[in-house]
Amino acid sequence: MTAPFRIAGKGRLTPARVARFTFDGAGYAGLEGDTLASALLANGVHLVGRSFKYHRPRGFLSAGAEEPNALVGIHRDAARKTPNVRATVQELYDGLTAVSQNRWPSLKMDVGAVNDLASPFFSAGFYYKTFMWPKAAWKHLYEPQIRSAAGLGVAPDQPDPDHYAARYAHCDVLVVGGGAAGLAAALSAAEAGARVIIADEQAELGGALRFETGTNIEGKDGWAWASESAARLAAMDNVRLLTRTTAFGYYAQNFVGLVERVSDHLAAPLPDLPRERLWQVRARRVVLATGAIERHMVFPDNDRPGVMLASAARTYLNHYGVAVGKAVGVYTANDSAYHAAIDLKKAGVHVAAIVDLRDNPQGPAVDEARGLGIEISAGRAVTGVSGRQRISAMTVQPKNGGASRTIPVDALLTSAGWTPSVHLFSQSRGKVAFDEAGRRFLPGTYVQDCVSVGACNGTDELGALLGEAAIAGHAAAKAAGIKVGRVAKPKASTGERWAGGMLGAAPGAGADSKAKAFVDFQNDVTAKDIRQAVREGMRSIEHVKRFTTNGMATDQGKTSNLHGLAIAAETLGKPIPEVGLTTFRAPYTPVTFGAIVNHARGSLFDPTRRTAMHGWAEAQGAVFEDVGQWKRAWYFPRAGEDMHAAVDRECRTVRQSAGIFDASTLGKIEVVGPDAATFMELLYTNPWQKLAPGRCRYGIMLREDGFIYDDGVVGRLADDRFHVTTTTGGAARVMNHMEDYLQTEFPHLKVYLTSISEQWAVIAVQGPKSRDIIAPLVEGIDLSDAAMPHMSVREGRICGVPTRLFRMSFTGERGFEINVPADYGQAVWEAVWAEGEKHGACAYGTEAMHVLRAEKGYIIVGQETDGTVTPNDAGLDWAVGKKKTDFVGIRGLMRPDLVAPGRKQLVGLRTKDPKTVLEEGAQIVADPNQPVPMKMIGHVTSSYWSENCGHSIALALVADGRALTGKTLHVPMPDRTIEVEVTGTVFFDEKGERLDG
Amino acid sequence: MARTEAARKPVLGGRMANHAWVGVTPAEPAKRLSLRAPAESVASLSRTLGLKLPERPKQSVLKGDRAALWLGPDEWLLIDRAESNLDAAVDRVRVFHSAVDVSHRNVGILVEGQGAEATIAAGCPQDVSLQAFPVGACSRTVLGKIEIVLWRTGEAQFRVECWRSFADYAFTLLAEAARDANG
Amino acid sequence: MLLIRCPYCEEERPELEFRHAGEAHLVRPSNITEMSDEDFEGYFFIRQNPKGLVYERWRHVHGCARFFNAVRDTVSDKFVMTYKAGEKKPVIKGAAE
Repeated sequence: MTAPFRIAGKGRLTPARVARFTFDGAGYAGLEGDTLASALLANGVHLVGRSFKYHRPRGFLSAGAEEPNALVGIHRDAARKTPNVRATVQELYDGLTAVSQNRWPSLKMDVGAVNDLASPFFSAGFYYKTFMWPKAAWKHLYEPQIRSAAGLGVAPDQPDPDHYAARYAHCDVLVVGGGAAGLAAALSAAEAGARVIIADEQAELGGALRFETGTNIEGKDGWAWASESAARLAAMDNVRLLTRTTAFGYYAQNFVGLVERVSDHLAAPLPDLPRERLWQVRARRVVLATGAIERHMVFPDNDRPGVMLASAARTYLNHYGVAVGKAVGVYTANDSAYHAAIDLKKAGVHVAAIVDLRDNPQGPAVDEARGLGIEISAGRAVTGVSGRQRISAMTVQPKNGGASRTIPVDALLTSAGWTPSVHLFSQSRGKVAFDEAGRRFLPGTYVQDCVSVGACNGTDELGALLGEAAIAGHAAAKAAGIKVGRVAKPKASTGERWAGGMLGAAPGAGADSKAKAFVDFQNDVTAKDIRQAVREGMRSIEHVKRFTTNGMATDQGKTSNLHGLAIAAETLGKPIPEVGLTTFRAPYTPVTFGAIVNHARGSLFDPTRRTAMHGWAEAQGAVFEDVGQWKRAWYFPRAGEDMHAAVDRECRTVRQSAGIFDASTLGKIEVVGPDAATFMELLYTNPWQKLAPGRCRYGIMLREDGFIYDDGVVGRLADDRFHVTTTTGGAARVMNHMEDYLQTEFPHLKVYLTSISEQWAVIAVQGPKSRDIIAPLVEGIDLSDAAMPHMSVREGRICGVPTRLFRMSFTGERGFEINVPADYGQAVWEAVWAEGEKHGACAYGTEAMHVLRAEKGYIIVGQETDGTVTPNDAGLDWAVGKKKTDFVGIRGLMRPDLVAPGRKQLVGLRTKDPKTVLEEGAQIVADPNQPVPMKMIGHVTSSYWSENCGHSIALALVADGRALTGKTLHVPMPDRTIEVEVTGTVFFDEKGERLDG
Repeated sequence: MARTEAARKPVLGGRMANHAWVGVTPAEPAKRLSLRAPAESVASLSRTLGLKLPERPKQSVLKGDRAALWLGPDEWLLIDRAESNLDAAVDRVRVFHSAVDVSHRNVGILVEGQGAEATIAAGCPQDVSLQAFPVGACSRTVLGKIEIVLWRTGEAQFRVECWRSFADYAFTLLAEAARDANG
Repeated sequence: MLLIRCPYCEEERPELEFRHAGEAHLVRPSNITEMSDEDFEGYFFIRQNPKGLVYERWRHVHGCARFFNAVRDTVSDKFVMTYKAGEKKPVIKGAAE
């Protein structure tokens, strides 16, 4: 089957390999190696989309990544629907399904096109000006309407089933762009021995050689040289050659983000293949060989399907073997478009005329075109086209006005010149400079270790470009520290010249014109809009950009920025460099969230930390809560129990018999060295020198400002060894805090810190039966009260494995915390559990732990404290060594505000109605009848139903609270005010007799 | 009255991710010490350990089953695959040092095969090429969102050590990365 | 992502391994309890935060774990130099005192 516009014998695709595809439901055949664009054009399809604002019919402008118009949806299956895919980039595969966007009900008959007729209302700044009044209408009427109409394409509505990969890569030289310049630079650097990465967005390297004809490099056809060079590079061990890979962002210190499209071009990707791969490259030197992008001519109705860039038509012809029309016109202001006319003419396509804005174009290309019998209409402009969904003719006029002439064409190729792609250079914070002669911005001042070569550097002639690139690659290798020999420059010849051209609006789209001459196709910005923005007071190009949205669409103004700037400058009456270029920002082309997120999805989104006993708790039906990254057993419901019933039972059981609790997540730090006690004295408020080995102490850590930072029980294992525990959430920062002081303030101390949080699984056994439960399992430790009193630590064995056994309590009951090497945690837990069951013990979770400690008035750092609470505020003054002359926070505690009266102090609260449970965080007032806003004198920090007390309990921070004991205060809530009585903080076993009970 | 010894339950028991190009497998349990000591104690400790503690960044020394990995200017990770009684040996050293058992804190994961380097490079921002990270090189660094110790034990062999509760994350990430490490 | 030279590891490492740790060369006085309120305020609360060259602390927290000092330009984000904790504050032209 032959597509009607495929020219036999032209292009580089293998005609035998047909790929079938559909576009808006219609079936077509293309060739493997086609892009969706070339395949559609081969079938004579030009109309592929509707524009964003006016819903004007649109075709293909380009043959590459700069495409603003031909955005389509690619549907692989129900979950794989990718919107806004550039048809000029999407490679064809057999079975591809594409749909057009931004139209309803169909591409050819689109209701939204009425916007085009109403376009006087949609001029620049339309949104800002129109939807101002009435104010309330914005939220309820305008915004929802605009939002539903706005946006291109439809986002998929199912989770993305594909996977995405990531790779960090390091190299001596990163070459961005695989055209002639990039290839020469990469070859030169690689042959010098440098580690090279070369990336190109196309499926094959070669860049502009893809469409240029008549080039000769090293005695070969340019494309053949590119293919051979790419193969040579790919075969080198020190080179990584990445195709279908876009460098989208240039960050600090030559950190460049690349995205590689791994499988979007495949009909049936293998399951292990990611869809895309994010490369985060760190390069010693970067060579930018990003080429140049052709600009369109700005003239009335220049957006009609069939009007496209001259280089695009050449690409479709010379690479894909596709003629973009049967009767082609050319409209240009520089030489390069002549080559398109020449190539088409030689391929047998009728070239109706070359309309050249220049009065007297000269040179080899002009001569050759003339020699082929092509009509050259110099000093003239195209001032209009006929045909809405596909052009049928162009209107040609002398550029200064005069009689017009209509020439039938079905395609019109335009070229206003070439814009060097300085995007990445600009992202690297380099400053561009305006090249007056070439009417273009070129790399000026470099900030990073990079260099631009070839067309992006304004070097257009092939021989010069190859020489420049080879030298740059060689120099980059040398700068990266490679010992290099002599540089070899490839020899080349070509007749093509790309410099010159024009910026801004062409005749017919001048200041007096009301015509729609598009500057930015994707955002429907016309020359008129830009002039209007200036007239309405926009002086800065950044303001013009935002007011008109020129350059703000997904193509980021690749074809439009310079035209827009030139029109603004002309209207302002200023030279272009004074108006300045808008800032280029990453990404160069759109990057999927999939590539950015890559592996960090699902269970890899964030680490989930589980203790050694997690599996047991899970099997028991525990409900877990997230504590930082940890999963902690929250409560263990039995059949028929809700959370309250479970927690009440767990609390009761602990005090009646015993409970077993997984305390593994607490932070643990081993402090070792002859100065360990001295260090502890400095980091904690408590005295430590006299703590005997084998004993424990509750320690408080402050920041230098005097506020509580962390707390925990510390056991002294030996004169020179402490086992310090921290809060679960504080583990990492406490270690950092301690290391900070040790390394930078007290480096003279002979002590080292080691995190052992995860070395030990911790099984807390709490309750009157705790000793009976563990006794049968413990070896080599005397558990009697005399030998092992409350707050002591012993080393021995349990269940045959080593243990650090703490006698301590966070419940007020007799209690132990069994530390065992983590891999033994579950087995020891199961053994303890088996013993516990004999005594009616239960497993309890963090909720019961919280209630039990609150019954005893034990604080939790981060719940009772908020970074502004001192030990005295928390009623813990006893833990501050009064005789100590220094510790972190000692000076902070003396600050006037910290010793002034009126500070909030920790107290207990009992509701007058014992069943009422206060809300944590609720504010407290003295007089509920005062006018709003009331004076708030404190807040509730913890509040629970206490099954053991038979009433609710709460802890609160209240101004001068300890002096208010016995007084009634009030907690105003939205629906009522709750009366509370101020009490001490200990609600259960005030004398602490049960610790040995 | 003591019972039979409690059973050990490694956190990555049974996990495996094998491809023709790379395998990701949990390492066997090993004895590990976090050793801290000032420069003046190094000679004495080296004698006792029977291997010379490396004193340069990123270096490791492997002797028999025992390895010492430089993690910082006064910090080494000692790994003894034979699970020998390292602590007792180090305890005898009188010069100032700190030796803390971290055998269960750390979990080892072996990444081996021609795709090993690419597997590691999926999550580790350091240059892990042979030039920058030769055989024997070791470093504390990051893998995805966690901290690891990375040790290159062969041209195509790495050992990743992480804390126990991060092992599931590390293994899952490495297994995921391994799928994409063919070439 | 920046590259930061760790003076202990003696090579440039990715920023992900590091954590910023505030202004450098603030020395905790050994007689801290004798400081006046004003002096303590200056020591603990007041920071220079100049535009341009700053002396700051970093920790190679996911590397050798050492704290060290750096001179960095807050405008260009470039590191001028890094040096070990305890080493003398280098004099850099253009840096605030």
